[in-house]
Amino acid sequence: MGRLLKYLRLDKFPTVWCAGCGVGIVMGCIIRVVDKLKVNPDKVVIVSGIGCSGRMPGYLDFNTLHTTHGRALVFATGLKLAKPSLEIIVVMGDGDALAIGGNHLIHAARRNVNLTSIIINNWIYGMTGGQYSPATPRGAFATTAPYGNLEPPFEVPELVRGSGASYVARGTVYHTRQLDRLIERGMRKEGFGLVEVLSPCPVGFGRRNQMKSAIAMMRWQKDRAVSLKRASKMNEEELKDKIITGVLFEREAPEYTQEYERLMSRVKTRKEIGKREIQTGLGEIHEE
Amino acid sequence: MKNKETLIEKMHWLTFGPISIYEPWCKGCGICVEFCPKDVLILGEDGKLVVRDVHSCTECGLCEIRCPDFAIVIEE
Ligand SMILES: Cc1ncc(C[n+]2csc(CCOP(=O)(O)OP(=O)(O)O)c2C)c(N)n1
Ligand code: SF4
Ligand code: SF4
Ligand code: SF4
Repeated sequence: MGRLLKYLRLDKFPTVWCAGCGVGIVMGCIIRVVDKLKVNPDKVVIVSGIGCSGRMPGYLDFNTLHTTHGRALVFATGLKLAKPSLEIIVVMGDGDALAIGGNHLIHAARRNVNLTSIIINNWIYGMTGGQYSPATPRGAFATTAPYGNLEPPFEVPELVRGSGASYVARGTVYHTRQLDRLIERGMRKEGFGLVEVLSPCPVGFGRRNQMKSAIAMMRWQKDRAVSLKRASKMNEEELKDKIITGVLFEREAPEYTQEYERLMSRVKTRKEIGKREIQTGLGEIHEE
Repeated sequence: MKNKETLIEKMHWLTFGPISIYEPWCKGCGICVEFCPKDVLILGEDGKLVVRDVHSCTECGLCEIRCPDFAIVIEE
């Protein structure tokens, strides 16, 4: 029964998440992709911070690391450097990744560490009872925004792309098959990959914002999400209020762990120390 | 988990054709019901998933992958 059940810590079920919480759907995507890519489960590490999304490692029968709020990428970077053969997936909430962890996010992307990171963006601090986050839409209600949120949210893909990531994608839990593909491509990619996933939090966000159920929130996703391909054929008016999904950005760039290993082996063999091998980015320099 | 196979065997999955459900994990969110393209599923009086019309099921698998609680399996 259920080929994929073997990836779960069955004795920990049912999960703590509220009915309809999207975190469980993302968890399903992750195990399908690991299964499809035939990655040895003993090589997989799920790293999380704190939040409802942070509970995911407790349910997955891989190597798991439940770290501190906002710091998942820091722990993951250390792990990757210590053991580059690990397949590391970092799961974060929007508050986790963008507020307290915002600094770590941009620097992990800038270093281009080979990690697959997933921001489960439910537009709110779910675990602590519905405070607004840097991803909460303008005008939306939260316990800390009883008259509507004044602040504009981050455009997450732009932020991470501008910081230096190799792969940036966005999906929704409603578009589950697409989400499988986006995570899969992120895992195949050398370098820092980020998938932003729009995910319902009916309890912390929905019920304050006229979407009482996960169903209503997923209907919203169904109506509002357009794939990049479809969006390219739409005009500005048609794209108003739409969310563009798919692989939004991809590039080839030096990956940090590999660059680090290369440097270490050079230093260890004392070969050509002092000779600049790394592209400086300053262009050609003429010494006097 | 060493005794995983024993644990899986002990779970009482209810099977209706290609659809198997595990009631203890169902939280009654209704996602599978709402988005099944063939209206195969409903929520019962206890708020848990019930298979209404197994014959209309196309085995598309959407209910399985959208269930946040792993309470449905569509047999391949
Ligand atoms: C250093 C620190 N500050 C604050 C908290 C309290 N706290 C726990 S979870 C959380 C935010 C949760 O929101 P998010 O990261 O969006 O995840 P979600 O629960 O929505 O999945 C906060 C502020 C904490 N645990 N540690
Ligand atoms: S509070 Fe929101 S994010 Fe947390 S488990 Fe409930 S629905 Fe999910
Ligand atoms: S497999 Fe498809 S058709 Fe069958 S119950 Fe699930 S969603 Fe409905
Ligand atoms: S999606 Fe899963 S938890 Fe929700 S009603 Fe269906 S079987 Fe139950």
